[in-house]
Amino acid sequence: MKQGILNWTRRGVLGAGTALGLAMSLGLAGQAGAQTPPGVLIVGQIAEPKALDPAAVTAVNDFRILMNVYDGLVRYKSGTLEVEPALAESWEISEDGTTYTFKLREGVSFHDGSAFDAEAVKFNFDRMLKEDHPYHDTGPFPLAFFFSSVEEVTVVDPLTVEFQLNAPYAPFLSNLAYPTGLIVSPSAVEEYGADYDRHPSGTGPFTFAEWESNTHVILNANADYWDGAPELETVVFRPITDANTRTAEMLAGGIDLMVEVPPVALSEFEGDDFTVVEQAGPHVWFLILNAKEGPFAEKAVRQAANYAVNKTALVENVLEGTADVAAGPTPPAFAWAYNESLEPYPYDPEKAKELLAEAGMEAPEVTFYVTEGGSGMLDPVAMGTAIQADLEAVGFDVTIETYEWNTFLGEVNPGLEGKADMAEMAWMTNDPDTLPYLALRTDAWPDKGGFNSGYYSNPEVDELLEKARVSTSQEERASLYQEMQAIVQEDAPWVFVANWKQNAVTSSAVEDFALEPSFFLLLKDVVKN
Amino acid sequence: MTGYILKRLLSAVPVLLGITVIVFLIMAMIPGDPALAILGAYATPENVAKINRDLGLDAPLVARYFIWLGNMLTGDFGTSFSLNRPVIDEVLDRFSATLLLAGTSFVLCSVLGIAAGVISAAKQYGWADKGITFAVLLGISIPSFFLGMMMILIFAVELRWFPVSGMKMAYGGGGFADVANHLVMPAFALAVVATGVVARLSRSAMLEVLRQDFIRTARAKGVREGRVVWGHALRAAMVSIIPVLGIQAGFVLSGAVYIEMVFQWPGVGRMLVDAILKRDILLVQGGVVFVAACYVLFNIAVDVAQSLLDPRIKT
Repeated sequence: MKQGILNWTRRGVLGAGTALGLAMSLGLAGQAGAQTPPGVLIVGQIAEPKALDPAAVTAVNDFRILMNVYDGLVRYKSGTLEVEPALAESWEISEDGTTYTFKLREGVSFHDGSAFDAEAVKFNFDRMLKEDHPYHDTGPFPLAFFFSSVEEVTVVDPLTVEFQLNAPYAPFLSNLAYPTGLIVSPSAVEEYGADYDRHPSGTGPFTFAEWESNTHVILNANADYWDGAPELETVVFRPITDANTRTAEMLAGGIDLMVEVPPVALSEFEGDDFTVVEQAGPHVWFLILNAKEGPFAEKAVRQAANYAVNKTALVENVLEGTADVAAGPTPPAFAWAYNESLEPYPYDPEKAKELLAEAGMEAPEVTFYVTEGGSGMLDPVAMGTAIQADLEAVGFDVTIETYEWNTFLGEVNPGLEGKADMAEMAWMTNDPDTLPYLALRTDAWPDKGGFNSGYYSNPEVDELLEKARVSTSQEERASLYQEMQAIVQEDAPWVFVANWKQNAVTSSAVEDFALEPSFFLLLKDVVKN
Repeated sequence: MTGYILKRLLSAVPVLLGITVIVFLIMAMIPGDPALAILGAYATPENVAKINRDLGLDAPLVARYFIWLGNMLTGDFGTSFSLNRPVIDEVLDRFSATLLLAGTSFVLCSVLGIAAGVISAAKQYGWADKGITFAVLLGISIPSFFLGMMMILIFAVELRWFPVSGMKMAYGGGGFADVANHLVMPAFALAVVATGVVARLSRSAMLEVLRQDFIRTARAKGVREGRVVWGHALRAAMVSIIPVLGIQAGFVLSGAVYIEMVFQWPGVGRMLVDAILKRDILLVQGGVVFVAACYVLFNIAVDVAQSLLDPRIKT
């Protein structure tokens, strides 16, 4: 009787053994393959790209691929947020600041062989901005408003193109350096139409080779690149949405470069096998305070909140050193516009208590909107809890309400009035104009279409920002922004918390990699052994 | 039998229609809209209105439902705005990956689970039974995503036997061995809980059958024990095991969502999670309807198989 089962078991053991052996040999084959070949760089991305058409996308994740396939008329100088020539060799700005004339680089062609010229530039902007353009339907173009000041693009001669603006608009050049301003091949758009975003053709250091959905995007070196051929042969972008899995892939050697390393995983990459790269960028993490009603209508109470929050502990403990303490509304990455003399509000709970007592506030009740995640929000739940504890320590009575990111934006963007006193927020921008212009002016209150969800209003700040936007002199703009920062810091419409440092990890086989303050990923000079 | 199958198929129509209504309403009701997801911090009312117009979301709710349903009936599931590609292409791509993963897990849990249950029942209270019962309890108690993460740590990061994630190597992969190699860990992690459930129920089903008269008769006639257990008893027990397998197939399919996230398997579960977070309405709706249709069809197939096996079920 037992015989039958024993027989089966023996067979089973044999079978299982064979299966295990097979699996292990397959595993060993995989291990040999885990060492990625020299000249081929495998990048662990945070998500599948939406499209490879720069006019159609909004996510930093997509920009990381696009910046290697395309060029714009201008670009950010390496390591800064100042523009320098790219496809345009030089430019002139008319005195009234409304006409920009660009001299284009000669002899540049797109990857599909067609020539880059003034007609191509006009095609790109007309496609995005003019609803009657024959290829406007290859959109939608969600960030086209970056160029809403452009009235007309005119071809002067094949290598000269002129932009006519409807009013002076100082951030125009830095918007041209943003991915929305990258130049696509008109002939490729004409050939593929709405499918262009899967058949991209630019002038950049890498040419598009293959996109397999949810598996990879492959780029090959463009040997004829006008700014010198890249060192790498091939770049593979792999979407790995789960941060733990991305970390495991990096540890196991499945990828060579990983972006957005979670703070808690950084300690895994100590040692000689990996290099951790950090770069501060144009990011600021803050708390919007409701200046219209409730306790934060008083400036002293807003300042008390700034004194009460222990920002150093937040960036060092919660964020594990992946951010710096913010001093004001403008991130230091905008070096030319940053007010160096600003010191962050020190952590001073006694001072906060004094200010509260002077304002006659007895345990003011505060409703605090916290998000669960979201672009640039870092570790919002842990940070929210720590902030709640700091505020309660000086006498606030804080109630947290937590929302998923899209819901959160839907609650916060229309304004906090009648709902909350305080909300987390973070912005990443490409020009010092953007955030204060959209979120601190009186004319940017939510009912006027802006993002000033806390209803801050100071006519002086409004004037400075309006002036800076139309000035064409960078020096003048810089001094206006610096003055604005000092006033805003004193008025404390926000609790200024942190400036994020973007990070990345490379394996020891990768050399000459650096992150840019723009948070773009530029791979032209990277070497992979 | 044909009549029975037709009747079952017809009864699936209202179920599917109900699903389209529910998924449509849920997507319409959840706060936050696609324009916010696309624009993020740049979502001014003006920009939001423009995106909504571009996506056709400015039409009234009822009209949107019937446009969507009508298009779907002609085979047009719309275009995913977050991936800029036809929903049906994406769903089919992703569903085939899920089928490979869930199918492998299903085979694993059926074969291992039934075998374990049968051995356990045949050797009731013996060491094999105790060992299997303990292993089953352990398997059922470990959450599959945790097991998945532990497997990645041990077998991929430390031992480097298997790749961490994905369905094929990012560069130069894609052959049968490569895919099989990527499949081992997620398929196993996904199968563990279901194997436990199948083993438990197979054991009790077998115990019940083994106590019956025809088994005693078979043994009395001198049929070898192996044949009694694996032939006579198992066939009779299959009638109660097959519905469990049907339920487990659904379980494996839904469990694939976690496993696909952990192992970054490019399946339909991961697709739905991403699509929900991005408020990619058409992709969520199309994906859910497609998966639900497959699930309904699968259940009909299970019922039909059962009626074929068990003559007592009237067709």
